[in-house]
Amino acid sequence: MRRLLPVTLFAALAIAGCSSSGEDTGTAAGSGRSSMMPQSSIATAPVGRSQVDALTSAQNELATSVGDRVYFETDSTSLSPQARATLDRQIAWLNRNPTVRLIIEGHTDERGTREYNLALGDRRANMVKNYMTDHGIAAGRLRTISYGKERPVAVGSNEAAWAQNRRAVSVVDK
Amino acid sequence: MTAMHRLRLLLVAALVAVGAASAPARAELTIDITRGNMKPMPIAIPDFAGASPQEIQAGQDIAGVISADLERSGLFQPIDKRAFIQTGASLQAGVRFADWKQINADALVQGRVEMTPDGRMRVEFRLWDVYAEQQMTGEAYTAAPQGWRRISHLVADAIYKRMTGEEGYFDTQIVYIAEDGPKANRRKRLAIMDQDGENHRFLTNGADLVLTPRFSPTAREITYMSYYRGTPRVYIFQIDTGRRELLGNFPGMTFAPRFSPDGNKVIFSMAVDGVSNIYEMNLMTRQKRRLTDSPYIDTSPCYSPDGSKVVFNSDRGGTQQLYVMNADGSGVQRISFGDGRYATPVWSPRGDLIAFTKMKGGQFYIGVMHPDGSGERLLASGWLVEGPTWAPNGRVLAFWKETPSNSRGRGGTSKLYSIDLTGTNEREMVTPVDGSDPAWSPLLP
Repeated sequence: MRRLLPVTLFAALAIAGCSSSGEDTGTAAGSGRSSMMPQSSIATAPVGRSQVDALTSAQNELATSVGDRVYFETDSTSLSPQARATLDRQIAWLNRNPTVRLIIEGHTDERGTREYNLALGDRRANMVKNYMTDHGIAAGRLRTISYGKERPVAVGSNEAAWAQNRRAVSVVDK
Repeated sequence: MTAMHRLRLLLVAALVAVGAASAPARAELTIDITRGNMKPMPIAIPDFAGASPQEIQAGQDIAGVISADLERSGLFQPIDKRAFIQTGASLQAGVRFADWKQINADALVQGRVEMTPDGRMRVEFRLWDVYAEQQMTGEAYTAAPQGWRRISHLVADAIYKRMTGEEGYFDTQIVYIAEDGPKANRRKRLAIMDQDGENHRFLTNGADLVLTPRFSPTAREITYMSYYRGTPRVYIFQIDTGRRELLGNFPGMTFAPRFSPDGNKVIFSMAVDGVSNIYEMNLMTRQKRRLTDSPYIDTSPCYSPDGSKVVFNSDRGGTQQLYVMNADGSGVQRISFGDGRYATPVWSPRGDLIAFTKMKGGQFYIGVMHPDGSGERLLASGWLVEGPTWAPNGRVLAFWKETPSNSRGRGGTSKLYSIDLTGTNEREMVTPVDGSDPAWSPLLP
């Protein structure tokens, strides 16, 4: 298992630990449902499980309040100003959570050939990784994986869906 | 003109028409026959004769498989059995050519099935030129009774070869990726089947994402990519044992594998730090060698049939284009210069053509060009067509075709197709679930 998570994550842990599914939006601190649950239920959870919950919660925080993904133009691996802003927030968040490690997933839209898209997804993931390491994140905290066109998040065959699928997603490494 | 001559002429003429007149012996043929003139040859394939119920049943089944093989090639038109005048036992006593001429059969296949005393099945056939009233070829095969399908394919290959002068491709298999489930989380399994869709079976269970299977030259191994344990790498799968072996310990994603023509090497791409280069792994020495060294995407490598060259896909010129280099990585030359992007080059087993996927103006195409980049010709098109693979005789290709899905992710399908080198006779290769990434085997050993 990983080392203990820093304090900022324990706040999120308290909420995720109370959620039956563990898929609550992690940073919705003070939401009615969470605050109704007794704090003691967390203390009794096994350590390993809690850490998993904490990581899930960290992922939720990354997804909802930091922004876990950046988008690319067709056949491009350039980081737009918007993408850089998202990555700057991810970097700040990583600095606040120094034990968190990330897997950066690179994806493409469906309008290309499979093998080239695997390479393109890899290049997108590495653009993100390089941006982060250039801004002080230790390379050892970042892992990349490409899914090419294999794992779309938006399923329609249209420009709007393709724009959502040309992405690099930061996922907390469990 | 005899049946054989007619069909030969058609084939040769078609090759000339498509610009494949590289063989000097054929170059003098300048008959301009277009696609529309490729009329399939009428051929009569009566049930193979037998004495026992088992032999009679096998005789029907065998004739059916041969007939389906030849029909699917687009070069033959099996005549409806109900039109036959001479039937059954009388055929064994002697062919009445007038009866076959009367139903316009150019060729006749006469066959017999016999169980041997040791429990094996003996199948013999004769191919007759109906108008010349001559036997063109004949052969006998003996095998265990469950081998009847392969015998049928071998007979069909022998007929195809005698009639066209080209090797057959019916005694072959297809390995591909069987796909099902929602588009955002497709289940993908390695699957294998005979080229006619029979003997289908799944080789993996779908727990891991698998992609791009390709046969070894013996057709007993498959190299492919798997996301086993969340780590995308190239593997080699032994078909007979079901054993899977990691190609090697590599620091980055390995993908786009293919065997060398001698089976001793695998060529593939490896992605390190966002850069994909081409490597080869010697399976005997376990030594790896880097063949390209560019900061771009170099992928989809494929050897020429003599192993001396490699064609691959690179975006080093700004967009995806095709390049050829020597097998040691030297002498890289761009070969594709048309509009659009080019990908997935695959060298023909005959060496005279390279098949590719082309993307242009929102459409995808399957095409071929000569290894020097000349003579580009598009065979198939669609919203998405991708990944051509050659039948071992270099006359037929398979690929896959996808249709777009609606905003709910529905309606999108992925199916395997085959097509003749002339761009005619496009047919779906029917699979139990959706399919992609087909690879055609060599003739089975």
